[in-house]
Amino acid sequence: MELRPGLKLKSAVCSTEIIVVGGSGDVDVTCGGVSMVEPTAEASEATPVDGLTDGTLMGKRYTDADGSIEVLCTKPGDGSLGIGQTALALKEATALPASD
Amino acid sequence: MNILTLLDMAASGFGERTAIGSIGSGITYAELLERAGRAGQVFKDNGSDRVSLLDVSSPALPIALFGAAAAGQPFVPLNYRLAEDDLVALAERTASATLVAGDGNGPRVESVEGITVVERDDFLATTSAGDGIDQAEWPFDPEDIAVLLYTSGTTGIPKAAVLRHKNLTGYILGSVEYMGAAEDEATLVSVPPYHIAGLAAMLSSVYAGRRIVQLPNFDADAWIDAVANEGITHAMVVPTMLARIVERLAERGDELPTLRAMSYGGGRMPFPVIDQAMNLLPGVAYVNAYGLTETSSTISLLGPDDHWIAHASDDPAMRRRLGSVGRPLPSLEVSIRDEEGNEVPAGTPGEVWVRGEQVAGEYLQQGSKLTAEGWFPTNDGGELDEEGYLFVTGRLDDVIIRGGENISPGEIEDVLMSHPSVADAAVIGVPSVQWGETIGAVVVGDVDEAELKALVAERLRSSRSPDYVVFRDELPYNDTGKLLRRVLRSEISDLGDG
Repeated sequence: MELRPGLKLKSAVCSTEIIVVGGSGDVDVTCGGVSMVEPTAEASEATPVDGLTDGTLMGKRYTDADGSIEVLCTKPGDGSLGIGQTALALKEATALPASD
Repeated sequence: MNILTLLDMAASGFGERTAIGSIGSGITYAELLERAGRAGQVFKDNGSDRVSLLDVSSPALPIALFGAAAAGQPFVPLNYRLAEDDLVALAERTASATLVAGDGNGPRVESVEGITVVERDDFLATTSAGDGIDQAEWPFDPEDIAVLLYTSGTTGIPKAAVLRHKNLTGYILGSVEYMGAAEDEATLVSVPPYHIAGLAAMLSSVYAGRRIVQLPNFDADAWIDAVANEGITHAMVVPTMLARIVERLAERGDELPTLRAMSYGGGRMPFPVIDQAMNLLPGVAYVNAYGLTETSSTISLLGPDDHWIAHASDDPAMRRRLGSVGRPLPSLEVSIRDEEGNEVPAGTPGEVWVRGEQVAGEYLQQGSKLTAEGWFPTNDGGELDEEGYLFVTGRLDDVIIRGGENISPGEIEDVLMSHPSVADAAVIGVPSVQWGETIGAVVVGDVDEAELKALVAERLRSSRSPDYVVFRDELPYNDTGKLLRRVLRSEISDLGDG
């Protein structure tokens, strides 16, 4: 899948939906170990790979080890986000006071 | 991604919370999303290119803002305080547009070609009930224009700042935690819809899940009453508002126990005002936010801890920090540059440059002002200290910010010089406790002061009339004919009290 910021993807194995916030290039973004698909793709009957079911949290950002790829969860689900079979890590938000 | 995504996430995550208005009678996030969807259909059916708003704050603001995003049209709020000619000129530049008007403003622009006026009450009624919405048709290109905001430029002719969906969503994702607000939190919005802070408040509050309460026309007593009656926990004000609030609080003695956090920005905050605010409301966490229209609002902020440390300290260096705008947001970069664009070391003044996803730095006619490396030169003077605190000294191009209102000196100078007895004139900001800056005019000519003040009030409006007029035999210019405003500024700055 050719990544670009703003790209929407949905999980093939659960209810997870994401938006790509950072990153580009041909990257295999997965959920539950299965490649994520365009939002318009038909529902699949794929099931998550064992051990890749930590789940996703709404509004949280996930990133790869070097921070070059970052996605935002817009709908939560049961699968774990990853690049191929490597899990993405939950990115802790910097707490800022409200300013407007 | 589109700003509508922010509302969509709020509606799916906490749809039953009150988004705007009072608990019980307000609009929930789920309802706001539906109304925005219906508004989008209204705008599309109308066939105009843009969505405009000429109204004080009301629930029509977020509905029209997100509705414009649903229709794939830029949202263009107009300043209802403008004089008729200026307003009509901006409406002409905004056409074709569906213009939501309230507070008696509709007739002022209804004859402008390409403007279709929809009265606010009709708009609210139309969008409150009807068919379900089809989200599949919503546009999603992050490069689309979300908002056009007219700024007052150096020439006096407003420029239309372009804010794309990627800029605004970049700002929110970089600075606001999704559902970060506790369920009892409520923010009081008293800045108008045509100010970047008024728009940013809609987006950040929706994404955080913080209830929005709107104060249509700022008045210190109404503000204090609203905080008490609505259980307000958060508020953003411009310095002039805080000065009036502090004045009234001192007289009334309200303690405002629900208020937890106040942010301020939009102009120079006089030291005595913030100092007194901290004495009167010691339980409040203060935030000084600095940002520009072209940067989608805040780029740097001075947090509550810094306020308390500075407030409690006797060390002049620490006290001085109350005059800082704090540290840049982690999601962007700030650099101080000299006139050649080279970065200068800490402690050296220069121009504030900023780079990041939220930085638009673009105007409709003039195009992008970003450098090849993506930096936006803000035209604000400033410096960073050793610990990364940013101090902003003001517009390099000498725009006067009087009570949050940007005033171009050139506009007033033109009027002054139109008087037959005026040979030369320069207008500069004079520090003021109440207004941040007031207007000082230095005039060459044999003419009555009151006559000049009246002339400006008549041609422009009263808030642009000089507060001070002083006379000189000549104005100082450099060898290339450039007026030396800084010389004048140092000569007349002691006229003010700020």
